[in-house]
Amino acid sequence: MPKVTIDGKTIEVADGTTILQAARMLGKEVAPPAMCFYTNLKTSGGYCRTCLVKVSKGSDKDPRPMPKLVASCRTPIMDGMEVQNNTSPEVIDARKGVVEFLLINHPLDCPVCDQAGECHLQDLSYENGSAKTRTEFERRTFNKIEIGNKIQLHMTRCILCYRCVKVAEQITDGRVHGVINRGDHSEISTYIEEVIDNDFSGNVIDVCPVGALTDKTFRFKSRVWFTKPMSAHRTCDKCSGKVTLWYQGDEVLRTTGRKDQWGEVEEFICNTCRFDKKLTSDWTIEGPTIVDKHSVISANHYEGMIIPNELTLNDIKKLPLLEKNTDGNTEF
Amino acid sequence: MGKKILLKHDHVSGIQGYEVYRKMGGYTSVERALKNMTPNEVTEEVKKSGLRGRGGAGFPTGLKWSFMAKPKGVKRYLVCNADESEPGTFKDRYLMSRIPHLLIEGMIASSYALGANTAYIYIRGEFFYIARILENAINEAYANGWLGKNILDSNYSLDLFVHTGAGAYICGEETALLESLEGKRGNPRIKPPFPAVKGAWDCPTVVNNVETIAAVVPIINDGGEAYSKVGIGKSTGTKLISASGHINKPGVYEIEMGITVEDFIYSDEYCGGILNGKKLKAVVAGGSSVPILPADLILKTANGKPRLMSYESLADGGFTTGTMLGSGGFIVMDETTSIVKNLWNFTRFYHHESCGQCSPCREGTAWMEKVLHKILDGQGSLTDIDLLWEIQRKIEGNTICPLGEAAAWPVASAIRHFKSEFEEYVKNPSSINDVKHYFEVNKLEMA
Ligand SMILES: Cc1cc2nc3c(=O)[nH]c(=O)nc-3n(C[C@H](O)[C@H](O)[C@H](O)COP(=O)(O)O)c2cc1C
Ligand code: SF4
Ligand code: SF4
Ligand code: FES
Repeated sequence: MPKVTIDGKTIEVADGTTILQAARMLGKEVAPPAMCFYTNLKTSGGYCRTCLVKVSKGSDKDPRPMPKLVASCRTPIMDGMEVQNNTSPEVIDARKGVVEFLLINHPLDCPVCDQAGECHLQDLSYENGSAKTRTEFERRTFNKIEIGNKIQLHMTRCILCYRCVKVAEQITDGRVHGVINRGDHSEISTYIEEVIDNDFSGNVIDVCPVGALTDKTFRFKSRVWFTKPMSAHRTCDKCSGKVTLWYQGDEVLRTTGRKDQWGEVEEFICNTCRFDKKLTSDWTIEGPTIVDKHSVISANHYEGMIIPNELTLNDIKKLPLLEKNTDGNTEF
Repeated sequence: MGKKILLKHDHVSGIQGYEVYRKMGGYTSVERALKNMTPNEVTEEVKKSGLRGRGGAGFPTGLKWSFMAKPKGVKRYLVCNADESEPGTFKDRYLMSRIPHLLIEGMIASSYALGANTAYIYIRGEFFYIARILENAINEAYANGWLGKNILDSNYSLDLFVHTGAGAYICGEETALLESLEGKRGNPRIKPPFPAVKGAWDCPTVVNNVETIAAVVPIINDGGEAYSKVGIGKSTGTKLISASGHINKPGVYEIEMGITVEDFIYSDEYCGGILNGKKLKAVVAGGSSVPILPADLILKTANGKPRLMSYESLADGGFTTGTMLGSGGFIVMDETTSIVKNLWNFTRFYHHESCGQCSPCREGTAWMEKVLHKILDGQGSLTDIDLLWEIQRKIEGNTICPLGEAAAWPVASAIRHFKSEFEEYVKNPSSINDVKHYFEVNKLEMA
């Protein structure tokens, strides 16, 4: 199995593994941020350029460094490859540039955006960006588009990661939206305002890294960090039925797919599970969803608890809210 | 008179049509290849010739052909890149409209070498009249047995199609071209895989420029070695140069590689000197994307040697003091030219033509245009010049396709060599004579 060294850490991986995947196996400290790659979507990645890394040694066979930074999500590793991510000033500098590019036209309307709190662009700019902007020009804006009665497209916030296009292509039974126009005039749009109407269309909301595609049934109901995520499932003939329910009190405010530690959905879910089953009695509750402790959502995080196999609504209500103690660890 | 290989007969009356073309020795390369040579032998001749791609990057053509994957039972394609949209470049247009059969002949011989039974000429939408000329020529070639089934009883068959684009510069990038050819949105693909492995409809494909394919004809006729003796060093053969700007004789010239830049600009055989006896200020030597050079550096390299029209000599000094031969779009600017205005116009072009897939190019090209526009509007500040430098630096090398670099290099080189002009505009906005007027007269709008 080929070996790769990323920021000084070495790992053996299967043939065909990309640098990004290998870095994720090594852990958070060496994994580059990824705004467009999505594990479960074929041909995703390559667009946003946030995952750029430096290949300082191509392989044992051909040790020459690669002439340019490469998109780690689309570059397969070779045996003996050496990669620099956070240890390369060049990478840090380039990434800072990418973040700046992604932000010059972003509305930064986080205070009124449903994505705030679980927005990858917020995390990215917090971790890799600068506090000030150097642009002074009017930002690009678009009109909002209603995509059916459940989804809204707020194109102004879109970073053109193409994930929703790939979802439509790969897991719904017919893509009716895509990118129209060119350059910074590009926009995600439905073909002649056609409505995206498909059993799996709701997944575009989950994959969208920013607040461009939002769930209309959840619109403005709550900030995400005021909701409690619970893993739950039901028997569904269309999808696995495995979801995360987002509670406020007894009420399910929204339903999403279950996301892994990289914020990616593990299994795509159908629209019935997402939009139509909003009663606790529709679901078998498995327990609180483990959320990364760095996330603002972990204000309501229950890490360390012994989780019973099935919880009743009363059990959920009794769950304590988490507090962070001074050394940053969570505690009840 | 300099050596002419491709345009030897361009002024012969009737050369557009089959009869005259054939009388002047046309299609002999196909006869030679199909009757006396194996496909590999043809490729070997092209390797020997030292021919390098004329589309801009200058990649050795024979080597590119030998990279073509040849899995059994899988179709292979040859695609001719006739998208020619780089500002300042118009040589393919001339060649195709003057001597269409030269391209057809080259396509047949090259397809034979690559084992392709289907080939395409992807031509930019604005060239619809040339598409007609080519289609006519193709019909004549079919009628005379040079295309179709079992050509010259050799068992080799080839179908050739002309496909028009819809007028996007990015469709000249070879993988965007293939997407467009397949009927999709013309977005460049993420490489690898390269077209030689997975190209049109996922089959192995070679994409070559019009001039590259045309040059295969004399290489087969006279042998690779004879071709390699023309030119200088690794810049073998002749090159078509599209000369434009402030010169007495703009047009397309075939030059032997290795003539001096000075000779090219000032001799009567080529550009005939600067218009109205003015002084030379700068040259963009290889199409709008290559770095601009001031007069002293285009005529002589940094170490004082005369600059030659060749890949190596134009690149001498790297980007600090050199440039690139690129596609051979030679744009000459006299002392009255505003480098900043010209740069704004180039940048406006790249902004308009970015496909928008990757963040640095999508956002960066638009941003650079806005900053330049601001400076030309008399609103600039010194920090804007630094900002421009920073933006181009953050685009370069960080994008999916080379359009990002093509947009960054003109900005970098203009600041590198003409920074004082930017500073003058910023400090003394009245020196931007008639900017508003300039915008109006030219009916230019921000892209
Ligand atoms: C933005 C962009 C535009 C391009 N336009 C053209 C073009 O119009 N014609 C062309 O031959 N090559 C063009 N190229 C280069 C092609 O990608 C490719 O390298 C070339 O067709 C290969 O042919 P060659 O090896 O014969 O030079 C362009 C490249 C880029 C990045
Ligand atoms: S709408 Fe969201 S998922 Fe779709 S391209 Fe834009 S940012 Fe990506
Ligand atoms: S560099 Fe520009 S043109 Fe090329 S893929 Fe990226 S956005 Fe498109
Ligand atoms: S995640 Fe690799 S380019 Fe976007």
